[in-house]
Amino acid sequence: MRDQRLWTWHVAAGLVVLVTLALHMAIMHLDALLGLFNPAGGHPIDWANVAARSRQGFFLVSYVVLLGAALFHGLYGLRTILHELGPGPALRRGVDVTLLAGGGVLFVFGAWAAWAAFALARTV
Amino acid sequence: MLDTKGYPNRLGLRGWVGGGRWGLERYLYTLHRLTGLGLLVYFLLHIIVTSARAFGAAAWDASMARVTGPVFVAGEYLVFAAFVFHAANGVRLALVELGWAIGRPIEPVYPYRTSVDEQRPLAVGVLIVAALLAVVGGLDFFVLH
Amino acid sequence: MNAPARVTFRIRRFDPVRQSPPSWEDFEIPAVAGMTVLDGLRTIKETLAPTLAWRSSCRMGVCGSCGMFINGHPRLACNTQIAELGSGPVTVAPLPNFDTIRDLVPDLRPMFDKHAALSPYIIRDDHDEMYEPTGEYGQTPEELEEFLQFTYCIKCGCCMAACPTCATDPVYSGPMPLGQAHRYNADSRDGGFTTRKTALAGDQGPWRCHYAGECSRACPKGVDPARAIQLMKRQLVFDYLRLYSQPCPAGVVTPAPASARRPDVPEAPAPTVDVSRARTSPSC
Repeated sequence: MRDQRLWTWHVAAGLVVLVTLALHMAIMHLDALLGLFNPAGGHPIDWANVAARSRQGFFLVSYVVLLGAALFHGLYGLRTILHELGPGPALRRGVDVTLLAGGGVLFVFGAWAAWAAFALARTV
Repeated sequence: MLDTKGYPNRLGLRGWVGGGRWGLERYLYTLHRLTGLGLLVYFLLHIIVTSARAFGAAAWDASMARVTGPVFVAGEYLVFAAFVFHAANGVRLALVELGWAIGRPIEPVYPYRTSVDEQRPLAVGVLIVAALLAVVGGLDFFVLH
Repeated sequence: MNAPARVTFRIRRFDPVRQSPPSWEDFEIPAVAGMTVLDGLRTIKETLAPTLAWRSSCRMGVCGSCGMFINGHPRLACNTQIAELGSGPVTVAPLPNFDTIRDLVPDLRPMFDKHAALSPYIIRDDHDEMYEPTGEYGQTPEELEEFLQFTYCIKCGCCMAACPTCATDPVYSGPMPLGQAHRYNADSRDGGFTTRKTALAGDQGPWRCHYAGECSRACPKGVDPARAIQLMKRQLVFDYLRLYSQPCPAGVVTPAPASARRPDVPEAPAPTVDVSRARTSPSC
């Protein structure tokens, strides 16, 4: 049941990442061609542009969704690779627990950063 | 029962990579794995580096100053190229692994035509789409900037 | 294509008594048109190396005994002509991803254990009907086509030797057992999906298949285990999403009413064995 459930979510998370990360990549790396969501002009990583995106609820939600989906998709992929190396049952369990804990910490940290940036940008 | 001890003969990691005389899908499998690992490593660092925006303009600028220069631009382009391949191939894999692009079971008549042949146009399409997007990205990264 | 006059076989030898690492040994033999790798091995054993060991039986790609790693590919030795391998030496090694028992003999038992663990047989509730049949289970040609391709498997192990996951992961069931599990899951007479799911939903299931496609390319019978595995994944994912439930297994069909025999169809010959005795087991 475990892999049946996790693999289904892995594919679903991959589709979510496909949409949200494609948007993120288009904004950050195809700026000269598309010029999306960079209201201050210049480079997408200029603080004025970063703050402008951070204060929008849409970006807060999409960043957190991308964060969660990409962490799950990526860490499940890593788990698959590590399991396929043929570790014993104890090591498999160790891999699962480590990835789950690491993923949880990074999600909380990343979501907090997105929220804090949202709150900060709103006050400025 | 056998009373002799067999000699271990698993191919190990060499068996993952294949190489030489294996099929196109084997290379896509390897590349998907490598790009996935690369993207994951970048992503985990990216979460930490970009969290600086939570502390305001000065912290953000200081954080970004640490990741500028031609090496980082080239590295980011590799991440972009890895993403377009991983995404395009991921769409193919989602279709194939959910049984939608591999055709129905058929009576095997020699020379055999397998599901691998059925999805081959999709695999070629992945390479074309990924290459086109990588060229478009390269234009933005290295020419227009 | 003409076969060369002489051909060199480079064979990986392993002696289980000495337990020293396997080593390569070269043999040069006369080549004849139409010669298969299995023919070459026989010539070598008869003339040059009487201790050379391998497994083979039918010599015509039916029994699945002579799977070997020939010029870097898993193939059946009886189905591979040396002329199709090009002009270099013919390298022959035991199938990888299985322990080697001796020379070219792989230990296939882990594969058969995994096969048996996935209940590769018809599972139904109506035991009385299964063991004392009153008729045949109805199945349309379309229902037959859903699994017919997968029934051609000869369990040679070539797919397991080609699979990248099997190269490292001893837990993964592999293409042959999974393909055969789907052969029964897809059979309209079967009702065992839920039984098999207990194993298939976990580590042994199809989730470690990433469609490198090698098993289907390697299969000497065109069984296409990769297709079976992806169709199995769809079934299991839809089952998790509650979009799939196995239909009731096919019931016994009513025999067609008797009709007049066509005069041009001869009668079947009389049985050559005593069927009534064959059905009686010594224990009952």
